[in-house]
Amino acid sequence: MTSIDQHLSDTDEAGHTECDAVESPFRRFLSDFCESKLAVLGFVVIVSITVVAIFAPLLTPTDPYDLTTVTILDSRLAPGEAMISGTIAYLGTDGAGRDMVSAMIYGLRISLGVGIGSGIIAMMIGISFGLLSAYAGGRIDGIFMRIVDIQLSFPAILVALVLLVTLGKGVDKTIIALVVVQWAYYARTIRGTALVERRREYIESAVCLGLSKNRIMFRHLLPNCIAPMIVVGTMQVAHAISLEATLSFLGLGMPQTEPSLGRLISNGFEYILSGKYWISVFPGLALLITIVSINLVGDRLRDVLNPRLQK
Amino acid sequence: MSVFIIRRLMQSGVVVIIMSFIVFSGVFLIGDPVEILVSDDADQEEREEMIKSMGLDKPFLVQYGIFISKALRGNLGESFVFNEPALLLILDRMPATMELAIVALLIAIIFGIPLGVWAGLKPDSWVSKSIMTGSILGFSLPTFWVGIMMILLFAVMLGWLPSTGRGDVQIILGMPISIFSWDGFSHVLMPAVNLALFKLSMVIRLARAGTREVMHQDYIKFAKAKGLQESRIILVHVLKNILIPVVTVLGLEFGGLVAFSVVTETVFAWPGMGKLLIDSIGLLDRPIIVAYLMIIVFLFVFINLVVDIMYSILDPRVRLQDVKS
Repeated sequence: MTSIDQHLSDTDEAGHTECDAVESPFRRFLSDFCESKLAVLGFVVIVSITVVAIFAPLLTPTDPYDLTTVTILDSRLAPGEAMISGTIAYLGTDGAGRDMVSAMIYGLRISLGVGIGSGIIAMMIGISFGLLSAYAGGRIDGIFMRIVDIQLSFPAILVALVLLVTLGKGVDKTIIALVVVQWAYYARTIRGTALVERRREYIESAVCLGLSKNRIMFRHLLPNCIAPMIVVGTMQVAHAISLEATLSFLGLGMPQTEPSLGRLISNGFEYILSGKYWISVFPGLALLITIVSINLVGDRLRDVLNPRLQK
Repeated sequence: MSVFIIRRLMQSGVVVIIMSFIVFSGVFLIGDPVEILVSDDADQEEREEMIKSMGLDKPFLVQYGIFISKALRGNLGESFVFNEPALLLILDRMPATMELAIVALLIAIIFGIPLGVWAGLKPDSWVSKSIMTGSILGFSLPTFWVGIMMILLFAVMLGWLPSTGRGDVQIILGMPISIFSWDGFSHVLMPAVNLALFKLSMVIRLARAGTREVMHQDYIKFAKAKGLQESRIILVHVLKNILIPVVTVLGLEFGGLVAFSVVTETVFAWPGMGKLLIDSIGLLDRPIIVAYLMIIVFLFVFINLVVDIMYSILDPRVRLQDVKS
């Protein structure tokens, strides 16, 4: 907290010598956000998880993808037992003899990557269609919004299911399916905001200045519509991670060779009736902590960024 | 009014036709059913005969045309695996799924509304805060994992409830129902709670938001000024007004429950249509996949149509706006 304050006062120094007297919007946002301790905790957890996921190869005790070290003789060891190589499997091993800690960190990497990656692509597509729809209006708006309406009237899980049945397994295909499922939420949200914003004076003045449509849309309209997109984006990433896990559990989505958290849970499901709980419990907990943290942050962001609730 | 309904009906028809095309072409692309159906030692001639008998040698659009003309007569093809009409197979499994979805919906309403109203009346108490944190959990928890954990806890460790299947079924009004016997009820309890969790969180949030809004209205102040009992204000004045959004959203979400039962049914091996779909995907049983998706499309279009019409009856502005545009 102190380091953030330090950083903020440094940046403010250029404009204002007294940063307590003049509150920058970002600073106010930050202090509002920090009022909820749960949200701050969530944020810290997300950052740590992301760091762990990025540096997975350096942190894991074993390489779960390396078929020369993974051996079936290690399979289904209980938490704390030693593997043949001498490494202790603190959270046990799965049916294929992979150390759960390593498999989970790699799985987290895939889950986060797919969730965030698909979220960003879907956001870009959604923003383009939504802005165009709001700015152009008329027939284009009608057609786009009808498509969005129809798509949103079907549950995400079914749309993704059909797509993955058609496309097959793989990281790229899972991302495609998740993008198709998500873009409509972004498009609808940004259209709603943009419709309000485009009646404002600054857009009118930009039009009067004779600026090009693209410039008005992306340089003037978009920055003012970004707040709700951040909220929707956060929630959607959590949703995408959960959806990917569900699809992998159903046997679609990620291939067995690159298990995401959902796949690991699904593998463990086979052994649950024989009491070998660790294979699905621990990846599930990792998934749960990730999703809950993202949702806590998203929930707080929604309260802070909602203009109707601002004091 | 009738203009509005006719327009909506036509729109629904267009959606069904478009979706049927998307579904058929999507499923058309997957796998080669001949590979699965023909035995390994079949020679080329037998294979070709098989392809011909299933009509797989014809061009795509012709196959689609045949599919549509058969579908209009209520024939969605025969399952490759069971050799029975796909539609019958799915309709056979439908009561199980519907029972699960309805029980889940009831759980969501019966527990969600009181919890949400409580959280709305006393927003600052610790009970309300834990209810709301719980509802974030309900949104976040992946359904399938909660299901697995429930099996682990209640079936494996405690041994209280059975982990799979449907248990005793009784035939009531020609449909097999399991909740009326103890054995059946114990089977339905875990999957239904599992399926209900997400909707329960949603109902809690809606009821809370509604209650907080309604409590500030003048008629509540008036009711208080009249000296009405607290319980009467809450049960009559507040409850009636928060029910409208809750019922609308739940109506729309019923389809979602049916769709999401795919996951719950797979976890609990519940013999419904969702389980059939996942099994059929594994076996590449195209006709069942297509038939399931078509039934779901119909269900959704129907639910949306009913909700739209109900809305236009309740709120004339919707109808007028639509006719004008």
